[in-house]
Amino acid sequence: MAAPLMSLQRCCKQASLHLCVRRRLWSGSAATPPSVYKRLLLALTQRFYDVEFLLNWRSQLKSKALKKKNAYYHFTKEQYGENIASAYFVLNMKGAFRYAGQSEWFRSDSRGKFSWDFVNHKDSALEEVDMSHTVINQIGLANLVGNPLRTLTLRGCHEVDDWALARLHVFQDTLEELDISYCPHITIGGLAALRNLKGLRRLNVSSLPRLSSPGLVIILLEEMLPRCQVTAMGYDLSFTQVGGNEEEEGRELRGR
Amino acid sequence: MQTCGHRLVMVMRVGEARWIAFHLWWWHNWKLNKSPQNPPRGQGPGDTWPGTQDSCAGTQDTGLRSQDPGLKTQDSVSHSVPVMSTNFTTGRLLHNNFYKDLEKQFSAARDKVKDALPGSQWTPFEVNPDLPPERADIVVVGGGVVGWSIAYWLKKKERVRDGVKVIVVEKDPTYSQASTVLSAGGIRQQFSLRENIQLSLASADFMRNINEHLGVLDQDPVDLQFNHSGYLFLASEGLAHIMEDNYSMQRAAGANVSLLSPRKLKEMFPWINTDGVALASYGLENEGWFDPWALLNAFRTKAMSMGVIQSVGEVTGFDCSVNRMDTVDGETVDVKRIKHIDIRMPNSLQYQRVECAIVVNAAGAFSAKLVDMIGIGAGAKDTLAGLSLPVEPRKRFIYVIHCPDGPGLDCPLLVDCSGIFFRREGLGGKYITGTSPEEGEEPDVSNLEVDEEFFREKIWPSLAHRIPAFESLKVTNAWGGFYDYNSFDQNGVVGTHPLLPNMYFATGFSGHGLQHAPATGRAVAELILDGDYQTLDLTRLGFERILSREPMRERNIV
Repeated sequence: MAAPLMSLQRCCKQASLHLCVRRRLWSGSAATPPSVYKRLLLALTQRFYDVEFLLNWRSQLKSKALKKKNAYYHFTKEQYGENIASAYFVLNMKGAFRYAGQSEWFRSDSRGKFSWDFVNHKDSALEEVDMSHTVINQIGLANLVGNPLRTLTLRGCHEVDDWALARLHVFQDTLEELDISYCPHITIGGLAALRNLKGLRRLNVSSLPRLSSPGLVIILLEEMLPRCQVTAMGYDLSFTQVGGNEEEEGRELRGR
Repeated sequence: MQTCGHRLVMVMRVGEARWIAFHLWWWHNWKLNKSPQNPPRGQGPGDTWPGTQDSCAGTQDTGLRSQDPGLKTQDSVSHSVPVMSTNFTTGRLLHNNFYKDLEKQFSAARDKVKDALPGSQWTPFEVNPDLPPERADIVVVGGGVVGWSIAYWLKKKERVRDGVKVIVVEKDPTYSQASTVLSAGGIRQQFSLRENIQLSLASADFMRNINEHLGVLDQDPVDLQFNHSGYLFLASEGLAHIMEDNYSMQRAAGANVSLLSPRKLKEMFPWINTDGVALASYGLENEGWFDPWALLNAFRTKAMSMGVIQSVGEVTGFDCSVNRMDTVDGETVDVKRIKHIDIRMPNSLQYQRVECAIVVNAAGAFSAKLVDMIGIGAGAKDTLAGLSLPVEPRKRFIYVIHCPDGPGLDCPLLVDCSGIFFRREGLGGKYITGTSPEEGEEPDVSNLEVDEEFFREKIWPSLAHRIPAFESLKVTNAWGGFYDYNSFDQNGVVGTHPLLPNMYFATGFSGHGLQHAPATGRAVAELILDGDYQTLDLTRLGFERILSREPMRERNIV
């Protein structure tokens, strides 16, 4: 659905071009009438505000669905306790977790199916949570509060932004490892919020596209969290000459 | 028809046939030139003289005839498509230009007739297109962040499409003296007044989901560049109890704040000199600083996409209807109701009289000028007639300093016991600092010139004492901006004046207008459209407190 609507948006922006298209199509030397799909697109170019309304509606529905997925598991918390509610949330979001004191990871597969064995461990709190490539956002993090997390992996989460990082201060006493690589919406403002995590030992900030000067940011992070080991791969940290000739020195610094 | 035509051609002499053919071809060519798409179709230059073709042959027309089904003529005598644009003969061109021009003249005449008839937009007078409309429902005076926030929320809360017609009037589109863009851009919940804490929390919630609120389809997402670094307030020995009271009030209202002892403070921020600090209050969430221009622009773009009309001009006068009434205490007062507002165009004497129902005063530091124009507050003190808007501009300086050894990424917005504040700016070792001058030493407000001495005398000593690394630094830049300073109690005035029921005030925030702007906009929109506050109750920030002489002061250590 996305591809025809994208081309439709481009149509709407170039109205005169499409008027010409229409004339050319109908001036008949080709003698084949345009297909139903093309005629639909051309009809919609005449109805700009309706299309705008539909597109707005579509994006609103998407954000509502996201909010619903990340909603607070209030009922589960009341019925089964905090730990079960957090575990259920993680599995519903297609993440994985490990209980404190156990070595077994509970996961859900790509279709969202998971085994219900985790309810047997009512009193164990979550220790490691892997929410890579899920749609967890700042609201969803409220479901994980109350667990003494030691490891949190948020690799490739598109909805994790600076405000979500600002909420991580609730884990400041226990969190030791944090992975926020490949998150496209994190900027330097959010990384400043990590100053509260004094217990952090390993931090992975690889490939954050919105960092403008990654080398400097890595150095500042290492200064801010002296006991933490910062991993930052996927950046071009070569030095370029400032002014004068544009020779690159070609020294590549790769993070630890 | 076809057989008839053939027989006709065969009967006539060749010369006459040639004459008829020429005219038919010429008419057909004129029809061809009328259509906008006029590419030469297949023929080379100079070979379209009908004499060179077999005019009796039935060569097929190539389909252009299908454009005008009503003009079905002489299917038998057909021509190949002629090429006008590459024709090098003169005689035919003259004819065709004449008829092309004739067609243009006819359409011009048709348009003139349409304009002359009633129902058209044409007027014989030249009207300045930049003038605001003659009539509007709500006029917001002041195009800063508070004004545009109110306009946005008014449009957001209207229940039918185009339910309210809103105009925002701004006298300086370059925002050269506007408080919004010259501010340091911080937001905090560490206030002592419950209303202020709630306003800040609501504004932070708004900014958290800013793309949901202010995102426009097909445009870049809004980027506020929010730095979540928090505010750090330091309190000396005598004022630590105030800080503790404030802390419990903030916690009760829902703010995420923590108290730090001097030892903990030194542990978290080793670059601070904790000499003289008894207690520190540190914000963990929803505090930091952002780009005020980004917020202003986002509000403006979204409001204009929802139909708010922007007008560049200065308000020069009001036209009110006056009602003489008696108060309960026997005082006779003039209750004024604004009917028109005069907006003068920039660099011109031309003004537009806008008839309006409601005026919103969001003019910031210059709000008192509007009130003086109407003539409110000119009576005796302590009477209703003498109740004026106690907002005046106060100049504040911000200095950009460069210190390569200063605090790093964890630097919050630090507010010292002595009143100075500073925060990190960017990643290159630059910081922004400033302070409020003493009561009697307010700088001159006729311009925005910066006083260099002020930094050296008032700011640098305390700064260097608190952060030893700042003993050596360099001032790279400085600017001045106005606070819309409420000289009564340094808190905002929101609501209506008792003697002016249709002017809504949203001004006098004395330095925290920007951080409260989204929530204030919503509150004023609720006041106007719903009649009363719905989400946050700001009744205590109205004119009542000024009338009854009960200031709502902030018990901050600063």
